[in-house]
Amino acid sequence: MTTQVEYWRWTESRYTNPEVDWRKASTITAGIDVGSVSSKAAVMADNEILAYGLMRTGSNSPDSALNAINRAIEGTGLTMKDIKFIVGTGYGRINIPFAGKAITEIACHARGANYIWGPVVRTILDMGGQDCKAIHCDEKGKVTAFLMNDKCAAGTGRGMEVFADLLQVPITQVGEMSLQVDKEPPPVSSTCVVFAKSEGIGLLRQGWSKNMVLAAYCSAMAHRVVTLLERIGMEKEFVLTGGISKNIGVVSRLEKELGIQAVPLPKDQKFDPQLAGAIGGALFARDLLAKSRKAF
Amino acid sequence: MLSRLGRFFVLSTSYIANYGYADGSGEYYVSIDSEKCNACGECIPACPMHIFQVEEDDYGDMAAVVKESHRKSLKYVCAPCKPTSGVRNLPCQKACKPGAIVHSW
Ligand code: SF4
Ligand code: SF4
Repeated sequence: MTTQVEYWRWTESRYTNPEVDWRKASTITAGIDVGSVSSKAAVMADNEILAYGLMRTGSNSPDSALNAINRAIEGTGLTMKDIKFIVGTGYGRINIPFAGKAITEIACHARGANYIWGPVVRTILDMGGQDCKAIHCDEKGKVTAFLMNDKCAAGTGRGMEVFADLLQVPITQVGEMSLQVDKEPPPVSSTCVVFAKSEGIGLLRQGWSKNMVLAAYCSAMAHRVVTLLERIGMEKEFVLTGGISKNIGVVSRLEKELGIQAVPLPKDQKFDPQLAGAIGGALFARDLLAKSRKAF
Repeated sequence: MLSRLGRFFVLSTSYIANYGYADGSGEYYVSIDSEKCNACGECIPACPMHIFQVEEDDYGDMAAVVKESHRKSLKYVCAPCKPTSGVRNLPCQKACKPGAIVHSW
C-alpha cells in the first residue's frame, strides 16, 4: 500500500495557557476566524488568552468554525455554554451560526496585532490563504486605513501550497530552502498562480534547483506585498500576520526590499501570529458583551 | 463619520478604505474616507453600476462601502464613466457632497 504525501500540509495545533484559570474569570468570550485555508479560534478569560485552536478549513464555514472552537476548548473543561459571546471573522464570518456578530478581518487583525505586539504597531501586513492586506492602525489597534488585494492567489498561502506541492517540498521548509541559494534569482514574473506554476515547471526543466525556483517564488511574493504598501504607505512599526508570516524566505526578502525589519514577537509571547484575527475577534466580543451588560 | 452618542455628536471612526486591486496593467482602487462619509447614501443611486452600499462598519458606525462583488473588476466596471480624454465628471464623485470618494486611476 502506498501513502500519498501531502506536501502542503502544515500541522494543526492547539494551546492552553497554563497561567489562566477560567473558573475564576468573570467573562469568557471567543473569536473565530474562518479563513480560506485555515480556521482559528481564540478563547479569552477576561483579558487573557485562555486557549486557541488552529485547524484546516473544511468544505463549509459552520463546520470549520465548530472544529476550531472545539479544538481550542479541548481539555480545558470549558463547554460552548461557558462562552458568553463569540465574534466571527475572516472569509467565512457570515456563515458562523453561533457567532453573535461578524466583524471584518481588517478590524480584527488590527486589534489582535495591537494585543500581541503592543501599541507600537502602525502597519500590519496580513498574508493569508487567499488574499493579502495592508492595514494601518492607531495606538489602540483601531483601523486608520486599509487596502486588500484579493484579485489573485499568487501572493498567498494557497499559491505557496501549489508551489510546495509542485516541488514536493514540505510547506514548512519552503522558506529555509529558498534561502539556500548562491545567487538570488530574478522573481517569477507571473502574478497569477496558474501561470506562476507553469513558469516554475519551465524553470525546473531548464535545470534550476528546487531551492532556486522557491527563491524566485518567495521573492515574487515579497515584491507583491511591497507594491501594496506603496499605495497605502508604510508607517513604522510594522508586523506580519497570517500563514505566510512564518515563511522566513518571504519575510526576509520583504524586510530587505523595505529596508526595515518587522517588530519581533515579544519574548514572553506564546501566541502564533496566525491567531491575530481570532484574538482580535475575542477582544471585540469582550467589549460587545461589556457594552450590552451596561445597557441593561 | 458622525455618529450619535447620547446627546452629543462625536467624531468617531476615521479610516480610509481602499477597495480594489492592482494587476499588470495598473492599480484600480476606489477609496472611501470614513471621516468625510456621512452615510447619506447619495452615491448608491448615482452609480450606474450600483457598486456602493451603506452599511454598519466594524465600530458600529454607518459608512459607504464598495460591494464585494465589484471589488475585483473595478477597471471594467468604471470604464464607461471614465473618458479617455477631456473633463472627468464621475457620477459618484458628483453625488458625494463631502468628497469622500477617490479613484486611484
Ligand atoms: S466611476 Fe461610475 S461606475 Fe465607477 S463608481 Fe463612479 S459612478 Fe460608479
Ligand atoms: S455619497 Fe459620499 S457621503 Fe454619501 S454615502 Fe456615499 S460616500 Fe458617503
